[in-house]
Parts: sequence; structure tokens; C-alpha cells
Amino acid sequence: MNFYRLQVLIGIDPSSLQAGAREIENTFQLEIARHKLQDEVNLLETGSLGYFGTGVAIMIYPGQITYVNLKKEDVPEIVTEHFLKGKPVKRLMLGQAFTSGYNFNYRRRIVLENSGLINPENIREYLGRGGYESWEKALLEMKPVQIVDIVKNSGLRGRGGAGFPTGLKWSFTQPLTVPQKYFVINADEGEPGTFKDRLIMEGDPHKLLEGLMISSYAVGATKAYIYIRGEYRLCINRLQKAIDQARELGLLGSNIFGTGFDLDIEIKIGAGAYVCGEETALIESMEGNRGQPRSKPPFPGVKGAWQKPTVVNNVETIANIPSIISHGADWFRSYGTESCPGTKVFTILGDVYMPGLCEVDMGTSLRTLIEEYGGGIRDDKKFKGALLGGAAGVFLSEKLLDVKMDFNSLKEYGAVLGSGAILVMNEDADMVDMLYAVIRFFRHESCGKCIPCSKGTQKLYRIISRIRYGEGSEEDLVSMIRLAQAMNISSFCALGQSLLMPIRSVIDNFRDEFLQKMDKKYKFSREAS
Amino acid sequence: MPELKAQDRRLRELINEKKQMRDPLMEVLHGAQGIYGYLPQEVLENVAESLHIPLSNVYGVVTFYDFFYLQPRGRHLIRVCTGTSCYAQGASKLLAMLEEELGIKLGETTSDGNFTLSTLMCSGACSLAPVFMIGEEIFGKMAEPGKIRQIIDKFRF
Repeated sequence: MNFYRLQVLIGIDPSSLQAGAREIENTFQLEIARHKLQDEVNLLETGSLGYFGTGVAIMIYPGQITYVNLKKEDVPEIVTEHFLKGKPVKRLMLGQAFTSGYNFNYRRRIVLENSGLINPENIREYLGRGGYESWEKALLEMKPVQIVDIVKNSGLRGRGGAGFPTGLKWSFTQPLTVPQKYFVINADEGEPGTFKDRLIMEGDPHKLLEGLMISSYAVGATKAYIYIRGEYRLCINRLQKAIDQARELGLLGSNIFGTGFDLDIEIKIGAGAYVCGEETALIESMEGNRGQPRSKPPFPGVKGAWQKPTVVNNVETIANIPSIISHGADWFRSYGTESCPGTKVFTILGDVYMPGLCEVDMGTSLRTLIEEYGGGIRDDKKFKGALLGGAAGVFLSEKLLDVKMDFNSLKEYGAVLGSGAILVMNEDADMVDMLYAVIRFFRHESCGKCIPCSKGTQKLYRIISRIRYGEGSEEDLVSMIRLAQAMNISSFCALGQSLLMPIRSVIDNFRDEFLQKMDKKYKFSREAS
Repeated sequence: MPELKAQDRRLRELINEKKQMRDPLMEVLHGAQGIYGYLPQEVLENVAESLHIPLSNVYGVVTFYDFFYLQPRGRHLIRVCTGTSCYAQGASKLLAMLEEELGIKLGETTSDGNFTLSTLMCSGACSLAPVFMIGEEIFGKMAEPGKIRQIIDKFRF
């Protein structure tokens, strides 16, 4: 085995590929060969390095020096100056373009600890970082009920949006004695503005697999599925590769580690329906049906896929499990807040300098996230508002910039953490138009099973369109909230229920903007009659 | 038509392979669309018969999901992301620019059968907003007509 002087990691993800990552990788290879550095410099592909809007980025160890916005022409300079002479090329290093309080040196913590450090397509690199040790420990030394207890004590809560305690969810399924149980990973990340799961799966697919193996063993499932959206082609390929590698090493299959425990993992591909993020709809879709939600109870934990007990968890939730098993519940509780321990992966988007993702303690304030991790508001504009949690989220105004971002703190303000998407809007943003986009999304994604949602979203769409064209009245705002309230009470699943949050929050916080849009002519004719 | 026969043979192989799975309808439809480019009626009938599922159920599933098409599409499917993030960054303008560049409206196919223009709800590449996809490839930060033309030209013959 070779010991390399330098490790060069190149981030391969949709955004860097578009910026020509492949061509730059090839140029590096040629240049390295030209200078006969093959035995000293190791060029590796990895997932996203987490720096967005920065084109092709590479990171070099030792020193963790990051070059961004690379062009083909820059490669010879880096190779001769940095690789050969040991002098980093300042001009291309990250940090030259930004002066605000951007936090370059934050640590990747739990879920993303390996992302951007290892080659996700090689299981040995994951093993080299202590991978699958938790799986071995869990299977050989622990009883399923012990694992459920540790997860319960860790206080881990579901990262898909609702924040249901994971250990509690498992404890409904674990004691059931039936011949077949299933474990399902919800990777149908359809929430607009959310792509954290994609980056977890692209950057470190084995982490998810290890978590899934431990979780399946904990609840007694011998068959696990990963339900993933069809758009995530790179994830699907990397996960499939990872599953094959794990099977080859005997980490999956029958009689694992000689314990008599069998487990197999299969990928199911979704077909572009937002409602399939709802767990019972996801199960319907897995069974090859229209993805419409089922009535609860019975909950999936008791009667799920093919009428067998089925636990459905989000990707990020399960990616936390290996670390919890290896370090224990108390260690996990040292992150985050009392009621919401651990970290959360956020995606920060919109009018900020550095749109991208970060993993921070639960309870970090929105202001810190925007200023330190998003790099601040772009182009010296003022902050106006943020849409939190994708479409089924809430609009926050400036007043709530210092609110702690965790499930409980946000709940006090009637807000939700949701999936962790933060869409930042500057002073130019048109809030009426944003609400229009949200409602249009819901109208399109309503599955048609129940009347309140399918008709309600259509009616709301007509009202918001009217307001958008300047033909609305103040009464329209009242009727929108009332309609959304009715949907909240009577809709079959969370899709119809959650539309109340964005509507109420945007009208409460930005009422003036709606009133400005109301047409004067309309008001006049009403007064006249 | 020898070409059609080759496609039918591939469909047969696909069905035989996927039959091992439990409830493989979605997987078979994904595969079939990959073979034919869309899902013609004969294919749906074939799938229904081979998997012993009523044709009405197959049709119900196909029409429920955005991913499946009953009509033929152009050689390249262009999908503009209209998720909230892209919308806020000007997805409507991007759509208008593409419509002008291609000379077709949303949902239509160019007369040479090369491009179909469609939308999708979120591509999960929100940091690149506004985004459109050609096939599986993502193109982000699309704000100027010149840049769009450059990309489209690459996909013309």
C-alpha cells in the first residue's frame, strides 16, 4: 500500500459536475502524471464538499486547504506550486471572496462527519474511519431492547419534519412477535428547498446503511427498504453500490457474523409524488399502488407494508444511529438542547452569499445560521423574511431572527422546524407571489383522496391568483385563513393539514403587502354599491 | 419493424427479472418507460397481463405519478424546476426564456421531435436556483438567454 504525501479530494455532485468537475479531475490526473507525482499525491472523488455556488472545489490534506471556482487553466499552477513546491495558491483559496462573518472552520459533527472526507463509493474508506463497528457492536453485544433504550435515552427525534421521538416509535414495533417486520427509510425528499438527505446519501451512503442495519436489528426487521425519489440518480447508484459492497463483506445477507440474524436491503424508486413522503402513502406506493395515505390507526408500526409491522424513518434520523451506538446516549445529549438533543442539517437558500448546507447544534438561532453559515444577505440588501421548512412551512419575519431553531422553541411561535430548509428572502421579495407558489405547489400535489384537501387547495389557488392580479379584497384574507383552518381540522393527512401554517404566518407577518396588492378599483366599486 | 421487436424483447426480459420482487409494478413501469421513452397503451396492456394486475389499476398508477408519460415525448425532456426556491429566484422568467428559445409552449414538443418542455416540482438542487433539467442532467443559475442558448445548442443534433 502506498503512503501518499498529499490527499486531494474533489467534490463530485450535480453542481460541480455542471461546472466541469470531470474535466478538471482529468486535467489533474494528467498534470500529476506529467510531474511524476503519482506515488506522492492521491486524487480521490468524494461527495459534495459543502461549499455551494463555488463551482468545482477541491480540498487538500494535510492542512485542509480548499480551492474553489477552479478552471482548467488553474490546474498546472496548483500542481507545480502547491503539490511540487508546497506553496498553496492563495489566489484560488476559499475565503478570498467573502469578508462577512462567514464561518469557514465549523466542524462536521455527526451525520456529515465523513461527507467530503472519504470516497463514498469505496466501503474500505468508511471502514477505515471506524465504519460498521457500531453494527458489529450492536449485533454481537447488544439485545434489540437495549438498542431501543439507548435511542430512547438519547432523545433523538425524527428529522423528517414532525419531530416524533424515534425510540418511542421503535418501542411500539419492537415487542411484537410476528414472523415478518419491515424497516423503511423515507428518502422521498420532495419538500421544495430541501436536499439534506441527498447530500447525506451522496457523501456517505454507508453511514445510512449502517444506521439502517442497526435499526432493523433493534426492531426485529429482516427486510429493509430505502424508498428514494427517482430524481436522485446519483444517490440511487451510490446506494446500490454500497449495498452490494456490504453484502460482499458479509455485513448483509443471512446469518450475519454467525449470529443467525438475516437482513437484506432493497431500493425502491419513487415516481415524483410529494404525498409519498407521508408514511402510509409511501407504503402504498411501495406496494405498487397509487400513493394515497391510509387511515390511521392502525399505525404502520403495527400494520404497515403488506399488513406487517413497519417502521418508517427519515434518512437523517437513521444516519445518527451509528454514532449514538458507539458513543452512547449521554454523548449525543451533549449536543443541542435539553428537549431536542443532537445536531440538525439545515439547507440555507435564497438571497445569501453561500447557499448550501450545514450541520449545527439543535437550537442555533436563525440569525447565526444566516450570517455565519449562509455568509449573510447578498448584495447589501436587507433581510425581509424566511420561509422555514419548505412548502409546508412557515414564513418568519425579522422579529423572529433570534428564535432558537429546534422543535420546541419554534412551536412556541406556532412555527415548525420541518425538514430544515431555510429560504432567505431580501427586501425585494414579493410575499404574495411566494404564497402563490406555495399554494400552487399544494394544489398540484394534493392526491385527491379527501375532499377538504383536493377542493380546498383549488379554492385557495383561485383566491391567491385573484389577489396576485390585484383583484382581491381584505375579505379574501379572512376566507383564506378560514378555509385553511377547515382543511387543518378535516383533511385526511398532513398535506392538507399543514397548509394553514404558511398561509396564516405570511398574512400575520406581511399583511401590509397583501393590502397593497388589493386593487383600488375593486374597493371603489364595493363602496359605491 | 425489427426495432419494435427488440424493445418488446427487452420489456419481456425486464418483467421476468423484476417478477422476483414483491409488487414490482412501479419498477417495471420505470424500466418500461426507459425502454420506450413513454408508456404506450400496448405496453400497459402487456404489463398488466404479465403481472396479473387489472389494466385499470396499472392505468391508475401511471396517471397518479408525475414521472410517467402516456404520450410520446421529444428526444430530450426539458424540465424547469418550479419549487419555491427556484420560483423565488426567477423560475417563471427562465420558463419564458426557454419557451422563446425553443419556440414552443409549456407541455409541447418541438416539431423536429427533439425537445419537450415540462416542469417539475423540485429537483433537490436548490442551491443552484433557478434550475432546469435536460434528461438527468441539471443546469443551474440560469438567468441569461445567452447561456441557455449555449446549453440547448449542445442538445440539438
